[in-house]
Amino acid sequence: MSNKINPALNYEKTMRSAGYVPRKQATQKTYDAIGFMSGLEVHQQLLTKQKLFCRCPAGIFQKPEEYHAELIRHMRPTLSELGEYDGTALMEFKTRKNIVYHINSRTACTYEVDDTPPFPLNREALDIAIRIALLSKLNIVGEVHITRKQYLDGSIPTGFQRTAIIGVEGEIPLKNKKVRLIQLSLEEDSCREVSDIGHQRVYRTDRLGMPLIETVTYPDMKNPDEVMEACNYIRFLNRSTGLVRTGIGAGREDVNVSCRGGTRVEIKGVSRTKLIPELTHNECFRQWALLKIRDRLKDQVKQQKEWKIKPEPLKSIAGKLESQRFKELSNNGHKVMAVNLPGFGGVFSHFTQPGKCFANEIADRLKVIACLERPNMTCSEDLDPMLADNDWDQVRSLLNASPDDAQIIFWGPEDDIKTALETIEERCIMAFSGVPNETRKSLADGTTIFERVLPGADRMYPDTDSKPIPLEDSHIKKLGQDLPSDVIERYHQLKTWGVPEDSYHYLFTHNLYPVIEKIIAGLDQDPKKIGKLFGHFLKYIAGHYKRSPDFSYERIYDLYKYVVANKLDAEIVKIMLPVVYQYPKMDFDSVLVNLDFKRFSKDEIVSNIPFLKDKYKSIKTSKLPEAEKHWAMGQLRKMAVGNIPLKELMGII
Amino acid sequence: MTDDIFQGYKGAGLEVLKKYNVRVWGQAEVLTSRGDFKGTVLPRSENDDDQHIVLKIATGYNIGIDIATITAMTETGYKKANYKIPEKEFPITPGLPKVKLLGTGGTIASRLDYRTGAVIPAFTPGELYGAVPELADICNLTTEKLFAVFSENMGPEQYTTLAVAIGKEIENGIDGIVIGHGTDTLHYTAAALTFMVQNPPVPIVLVGSQRSSDRPSSDAALNLMHATTAAGHGDIAEVMVCMFGPTSDEYGLLHRGTRVRKMHSSYRSTFRTIGDTPLAMITRQGLQHIKQDYNPRRKDRQVIIKPYFEEKVGMIYYYTNMQPDMIDSMVDNGYKGIIIIGTGLGHVNKPLYPAIERAVKKGVAIYMTVQTLWGYVHMFVYDTGRDLMAQGVVPAENMLPEAAYIKLGWALGQTSDLEKVKEIMMTPINDEITPREPYNGYLIYQGGVPEVEEFIKKFHK
Ligand SMILES: [Zn+2]
Repeated sequence: MSNKINPALNYEKTMRSAGYVPRKQATQKTYDAIGFMSGLEVHQQLLTKQKLFCRCPAGIFQKPEEYHAELIRHMRPTLSELGEYDGTALMEFKTRKNIVYHINSRTACTYEVDDTPPFPLNREALDIAIRIALLSKLNIVGEVHITRKQYLDGSIPTGFQRTAIIGVEGEIPLKNKKVRLIQLSLEEDSCREVSDIGHQRVYRTDRLGMPLIETVTYPDMKNPDEVMEACNYIRFLNRSTGLVRTGIGAGREDVNVSCRGGTRVEIKGVSRTKLIPELTHNECFRQWALLKIRDRLKDQVKQQKEWKIKPEPLKSIAGKLESQRFKELSNNGHKVMAVNLPGFGGVFSHFTQPGKCFANEIADRLKVIACLERPNMTCSEDLDPMLADNDWDQVRSLLNASPDDAQIIFWGPEDDIKTALETIEERCIMAFSGVPNETRKSLADGTTIFERVLPGADRMYPDTDSKPIPLEDSHIKKLGQDLPSDVIERYHQLKTWGVPEDSYHYLFTHNLYPVIEKIIAGLDQDPKKIGKLFGHFLKYIAGHYKRSPDFSYERIYDLYKYVVANKLDAEIVKIMLPVVYQYPKMDFDSVLVNLDFKRFSKDEIVSNIPFLKDKYKSIKTSKLPEAEKHWAMGQLRKMAVGNIPLKELMGII
Repeated sequence: MTDDIFQGYKGAGLEVLKKYNVRVWGQAEVLTSRGDFKGTVLPRSENDDDQHIVLKIATGYNIGIDIATITAMTETGYKKANYKIPEKEFPITPGLPKVKLLGTGGTIASRLDYRTGAVIPAFTPGELYGAVPELADICNLTTEKLFAVFSENMGPEQYTTLAVAIGKEIENGIDGIVIGHGTDTLHYTAAALTFMVQNPPVPIVLVGSQRSSDRPSSDAALNLMHATTAAGHGDIAEVMVCMFGPTSDEYGLLHRGTRVRKMHSSYRSTFRTIGDTPLAMITRQGLQHIKQDYNPRRKDRQVIIKPYFEEKVGMIYYYTNMQPDMIDSMVDNGYKGIIIIGTGLGHVNKPLYPAIERAVKKGVAIYMTVQTLWGYVHMFVYDTGRDLMAQGVVPAENMLPEAAYIKLGWALGQTSDLEKVKEIMMTPINDEITPREPYNGYLIYQGGVPEVEEFIKKFHK
């Protein structure tokens, strides 16, 4: 065939024509050219004793195998406002999933599995949410209405999430701009997925029902770094209250991205903020590439409305195939289908993301919608061909294919073939109009895969099981009285103090600013030194020593207080901190005994200098003029630390 | 209709809307001391206070605005919602059984008004087909709405109306009957229909749902599929209740109408057969019999309808230190029959004796059932029981209290001759009294016991 596509070359060529550059090489110009736009939904678990709508304890987790009972549910689409099923609903219904919930009696009761109506909303959680809403400069609602938001993937056994708006229209300041906030809601967390294989998805119910807030921004971010900056700001703001959970999974983000002419695509459940720039960069270019595919198909497929796939079972030509693969597949009980896709030549090997092409868009949907476990397909433009060229010729003649067509071979259980064929056709037809509405799952390499069809707008309705909760002015005022200072003010203060900027991330992540401020203001310490101790030295300690569960940052304040009260030099803190970090209950006198610390007066220390200078003459280690000083200092360091400032001693020597 | 444009608002809230000329379904911009809000004004639930106005904001959520904080408000647009259920014609498939769905007011299938949260019941075959299309693969469905009352408001009038309607359907050649019903009093109606519709040739299946069908995890659709399968294809021609077996979406159970009871305020698997086993398990594929003795489906139409009920019958739940005036007041108010739900084997305290004696003398029929629900009344065991019997209290064997109440009303509706009443009461129509209790008729396994936990882990709850 004359115009046969070389998949590898086509991939490179289409990557260039989509204008893709690695993130390191991208500038604001790059993003302006493709119309980068992004918004965030930042989720944060709140530090409460109990869950949001029942009295189960919050924050206790189980390993996958630690469960007492399981039950099974199917999620059924409910009719939308127009009397039609919405996209996600239909998709989830198509997949015919058995949703299995694992229950551990320590962490879930009959509420979580929807066998008991909700108990009154957890007030502790509500108050924390209001505080954070105030910090986010949001307009607090007059009355909290519990709303049901439908989820059909089974991640919540009721099929909906109970959620309530606390405030609307706020803003957060970034270094160079302000980002507007749409709203902040208080909601119940969902289940954790254990597995999703074939037609069975398994969930754990420990996290389910824990209080969670969601802060939603407008799509004000114009490049990937801004998205991360905004995300960090919101996370730091949440943490500045000291009333939120920390640790793995306690904070998660959904990132919405679109390019000019693209569609708002939601990247779900990003747990590592660091991944955000790469993910948003790649998603924006994926959309840009899909628009290129759309343009290309305009030329290649003239009758788009009548476009259809043409499937044939591969069985009829099985005997003629060289490749052993077909035999293996049918021996595994799979049905193997060949599908012709008219006019799709050059599309399947078209670049979409680094290392991925349009074929992945189909394979991912086959897994999620038709429940075909990967690998589930190969195509005529596979970068790593599974079938020999001759075999593809056989397939093409079976399908009566034209040279401009592409072909897929896929396999799976007989029962799933119909849905698989619909899925392939549906996704190809979507390519005619560009970027499908969907949610995507993030991968560690910064790329994403299809997760679900994006739910329609009409999936929110009032919770008939709960009454609205009025929020009095007096109550809001009370909650607003002892709010922490703004993160942006803290940022400027640290800068003024001369604390190095590379330590801020650590300081804000661990909400160390309050204790730093307390030490500086209350114990009259050098701000820069204190900032560095927390931002650099403490970080080093945390990386090298095992933290006692009893250790709290407040203990460092106690330590400084002790040092001041005992007229020790502050340098001693660095020696003492590793011990205090591991044994916070040990009294500071004992810590010093442990470290073999002895009290010396300045005169006692200084009196050693003439003797040392004498001694140095006989051992003279270097010709450098400073060498004598350094040697003497080294000899006196242990004696001096904590007793006199080392700088002062150096000066004397 | 000036009220309609301020749907649900009253008092101070209503005044604010009027003052600023903003209607329900109007798009409003509200300036308040807490900042500005924008959204569509929604109707307010009548039980809520008059201090807030409800808005649906652009993201689809609802919020309330405190009227005390409002400084200005303008209506910038207006769009009234107009909802109806999509109606698709229910396809008739030759060869499938004809099933009639009789509606009583409980919503089995429904659609949601996403803006107000109101549940719009789906009832006509077309509406039901729109909501549960699988029904068309099970039967050819027709429906009739007999009345619209909540489960707790069902009573003698509805029982007799239902019985007569069922008789007519059977006469007209129906293959099976499904009755949609709220779950709270489903077992009362099931008992009533068992007594009023005797010797039915086709299945009569009562069904409800514990989770309304507006939620994706509702049990309504599956219950409806199970019920129509039992009614159209099942071979048990009795009055039955069809509800979830486990709380999981796995199978339903068919319970005999006289031995079934709602046992949990909110579980899906709330209905249980007491003192016996259920009749059968049911899935969309069909029935799996548990009890081998049942009344099989017949071709004839020989049904006997007995739509009688005496309303002056009551139940009295005995508690310690109950005073005789409880019984006296019933007698003085003209009650003709009393079901006592006694402790243990069927006991009440001594101070009640004179009152009971007086009641019996006045011709009130008194029957004894047990609070334990499981087990028989045994009034020979202790003196207390013997004394009560001597005074004329009749032990009602292992009749469930609700079934006994319904039966006594039904018996007294036919005759006031107490001997005849006793004969009717003590002659079981369909297992309201059973001669024996099987070993597996009482199974309340205790959670936490190792072997029970092992079982629970292995099988879906
Ligand atoms: Zn719970």
